[in-house]
Formats: sequence, C-alpha cells, structure tokens
Amino acid sequence: MSGQDVWILGTHMTKFGRHGDKDLIDLASEAVLAALADAGVTIHDMEVLGAGSLFNAMAGVGQQLQKQIGQTGIPVYNVANACATGATALRTVLLTIKSGEADMGLAFGVEQMGKGGLLGAGGMGDRKRNTYAPSGRYGSVMQVEGLLGTGLMPGVFAQAGMEYAYEHGGVDFEQFAKVAEKNHAHSTLNPLAHYQKQFTLDEIMAAEMMSYPNTLLMCCPNTDGAAAVVLVGEEKLRTLSKEQQRRAVKVSASVLTTDPWTEHAQVQPDVNTLTRNAAKQAYETAGVSPQDLDLVELHDCFATAELIHYDNLMLCNPGEAGKFIDERGPWRDGQIPVNVSGGLISKGHPIGATGIANIYEVATHLRGEAGDRQIEGAKVGLTHVIGLGSACAVHVLEKAAV
Amino acid sequence: MGKQIPIVDYLVLDDGAPHLVAWEAVDTGALYFDRRNADAKGGGTEFRRKALATTGKLRSFTIVHRTVPGVPAPYISALVDLDGGGAVKANLVNLPPDPKNVKLGMPLELTTFVAGTDDDGTEAIAFAFQPAA
Repeated sequence: MSGQDVWILGTHMTKFGRHGDKDLIDLASEAVLAALADAGVTIHDMEVLGAGSLFNAMAGVGQQLQKQIGQTGIPVYNVANACATGATALRTVLLTIKSGEADMGLAFGVEQMGKGGLLGAGGMGDRKRNTYAPSGRYGSVMQVEGLLGTGLMPGVFAQAGMEYAYEHGGVDFEQFAKVAEKNHAHSTLNPLAHYQKQFTLDEIMAAEMMSYPNTLLMCCPNTDGAAAVVLVGEEKLRTLSKEQQRRAVKVSASVLTTDPWTEHAQVQPDVNTLTRNAAKQAYETAGVSPQDLDLVELHDCFATAELIHYDNLMLCNPGEAGKFIDERGPWRDGQIPVNVSGGLISKGHPIGATGIANIYEVATHLRGEAGDRQIEGAKVGLTHVIGLGSACAVHVLEKAAV
Repeated sequence: MGKQIPIVDYLVLDDGAPHLVAWEAVDTGALYFDRRNADAKGGGTEFRRKALATTGKLRSFTIVHRTVPGVPAPYISALVDLDGGGAVKANLVNLPPDPKNVKLGMPLELTTFVAGTDDDGTEAIAFAFQPAA
C-alpha cells in the first residue's frame, strides 16, 4: 500500500515469567513507560493507541492503561486476534500512521496466563447434561475432546508436524526435539526469558510426553508479560534528534493474513497456507529474500510448529525442514538464526504480548543492543506469529538510514 | 439394548452400515461436517448431503498423554483422508498407543464404540478408525 514508511522509535518488553505480584496493567505500564522512554517521547506525543490482550478482550485494556499513565483523549483500539493479538495491535497503529491520521503512536500487548494448563479443549457440548440431545453446528450430544481426536493445543500442533512428516518425510521425533534443544540453549543468553536452562536432546526426548511427538520441554509455557512499541512516520522522524533517527528501525513490511479455504482445514487447522501467504507478501513488499535475513523470530508455540515454519517462511528448501535443523541452520551461529531469544518454548508465550515481544527482539538486534545474545552486524530480521482460528502476522524490520 | 444416538449428527447409524455424511457445496464440492451459512470456498448457499467412505488412509496423528479430566490416556488422535474424498479427525483404536505401531499412510476403516450412556439409558455412539482388516 502507499503511504509513508513507518519506523520503530522505541520498544521494551518486561521480563517474561510468573508475575503474581503484579496486575495486568502493572505489566502493561512497565512495558509502555519504558518503550516511551526508550523512544525519547511521552504519552502526550502519542496520537493513537493499540492495545492487545486476548483474555481481557472486553476489558478495555487500552483505556485502563490510560488511567494509569495518561488520559490524553486519543483513539484507542482494543484488539483481539488469537496469538496474533499483539501484532494486530501494532499493525492498527501502523496503518493509522500510514493513512496520515497520526504521526506517532503506541502499541502494547499484555497477558497474565498464570498456570493456565492446557488450552483449546472448550467449545462443544456440556458434560453435565444427563439427557443426550444434539446441539450446536455439529449436533454433538457431549463434549467430544478425546472421543473424536484432540483439539488441545499440544496435539493440534503435533498433528501439524506429523502431517509435514507424512507429506515430506525426513522428519521424526528427533528432528522436532532438536528444535527445542536449540531454543532452550538460546534462552540461556536472554535474561528476559521465562526459562534460561539448557537441556540435552536426550533430556528433551525423555521428558514427560504431552502429545507425541511434543514432550513437555517442546511446549511453550503459560507466561505473564508485556511488550510495547512506539511507532513514528518517516516525515515526523526526520524532525527528531539524530540519536533518535540513528536508533530507529524501519518496518519494511507488515502483513496480516487469515486462513484461506483448504480441504483439510475442516478438521485440522491449516497453519501453513496463511503463513506462506504472509511470508510471500512480506518478502515482496520489503524487497528482501529469505537469504537476506540475519535473524528470525517465529511462532514456536510447540517444537513441531517451528519446524514446519522453516518451510512456510522459506528459510529452507521445500520439504527440507528436517535437514535444516539437522544441519544446525537455525542455530544462532547457523545459516539463518531462528528464535535467538529462546522462542516461545523458553522465553514464554503471554499471548497478547508475543507479537510485540518478537518485534522488540529483532529491533534490539538491529540496533546492536542485544548484549550477550547479539547477532553481530544484523541488518534485516523477520517476525512471525500465528494464532489458531486463524490469523498470521509477518513483519520485516531493517536497520536503515532515515 | 436401549436407544442409541450418534455423538455428532454427521455420523449415520440408521441407514446401512455406520458411516459419515457431509454437507457438500453444490458449486465447489467442498465438504463440511458442520452446518454452514454459505460455502467458505466458493460462497454458494446450496448444499446437499453426501455419504463418505468408511475407509481411508492415515494422514497424521498424535498420541495424547496429558488431556482433560475424564478422558482416558494415552490414546491416538488421527487425521484420516477418506477414500473418495473428505478428511476427518477421530481416535485410532484397536492399536496400542505407541509410535512404533502407527504408520503414516496406513489403511484404516471406520468402527464405532459406545461413548457414554445418559440417565434415560440412551447410548451415545461415537466413531473411530482402526487398522483395515
């Protein structure tokens, strides 16, 4: 689309983990105030606010934040879009700037998951009913989870991974486990990650089996956290200080897709097609190819998911995702470093925050400010999130001169 | 034996051997198990009932160990490509839930089991797949 380029002026994420001592808005405020300070601006400079919190979608989280840090009367968009919630909040602000309605805006994502357990079981039927009667669009007489296969997240993404194995071969339990081995290893360099503990491949494969081939150490934990980003239009950026311009990161592509109709998606969500579509559009818009990428933060809610997204994001040759991990391509010293933050598997997955936390990670590397985990000389990075339902966001970020 | 009722309305018990039935979009041939307001593929609003094959091939699976309360585990959840079209998710039964027994692409056939009995004595009948004979 037309409209001026949009840049990241400031960004921050809280430490991810269990924050039982704080409420949702404490976390959001911490991320937002630090992102504003990082940008060298205040809430009074903001002309639009995008707020993402999936489990509090009806709570007016954006306005709640304003009550704590600044009620300036600007438009607020409270968005919910599954695991793409944070990225959608960001994109709402980006589009407002592109449209010319604002020069500067703020997006944040926040979630408090606590010890949430397994997600995805709800929906159909009522287990307490004692007289069977068909209800709902499937005419079900009872809760069908476990009776007609599984809809729980570890299983859904296990099935997505095994579907890839069926179509392409060369992938087994061990390749999936290697993904988790990498991400846990990467997390040891990230003080903001929920967990920072390295595990051997054997330990990962011998961990409690959740849903074959995903063991406990191959599943993302339920995590509390928040992340925020300040966006600015290029024209406005030119009026800011040299230091602000120097640290600014260009958003070269921002793409949001949903799942188009595909045959098998009627019974098993198709997480591939919309990711491929988003990636293709993003590469075209940014004018970069996968080989140009210095780092990628992708949606590894489960190890099986990360592996298939190597292929969906075209980081490897078609059908060769297993080979890519076998050859250590996505390790931080590999061909295209993937999830050097530790990924969702170790960094954690506070749903609303995730799609901005990955922007924080890539932007921080492009600024050369990632400390011990810095990917040296990083110039171009890609972020990816996907939420079932489905929604996928891909962003390409670049270190460039204003 | 008391009354029986299918666990979902796309399982047919009273018209020959138990089988699945889908809503087929007349314009595109797209198949749906649930009621749709219009065809998500082509947009048409005309549907007809289509009986699906009781045999197929294993497209994907997972072995569920940790699940919700009340569900016996481990069990195999399977995605099945039905012969002649259509895909379905169900449990894979009569096969020990160990990855060494489960082969992607293996031929399967539909079977049924009693999923529960209500206070009136009505049995809910569910479908599953098992290795083809």
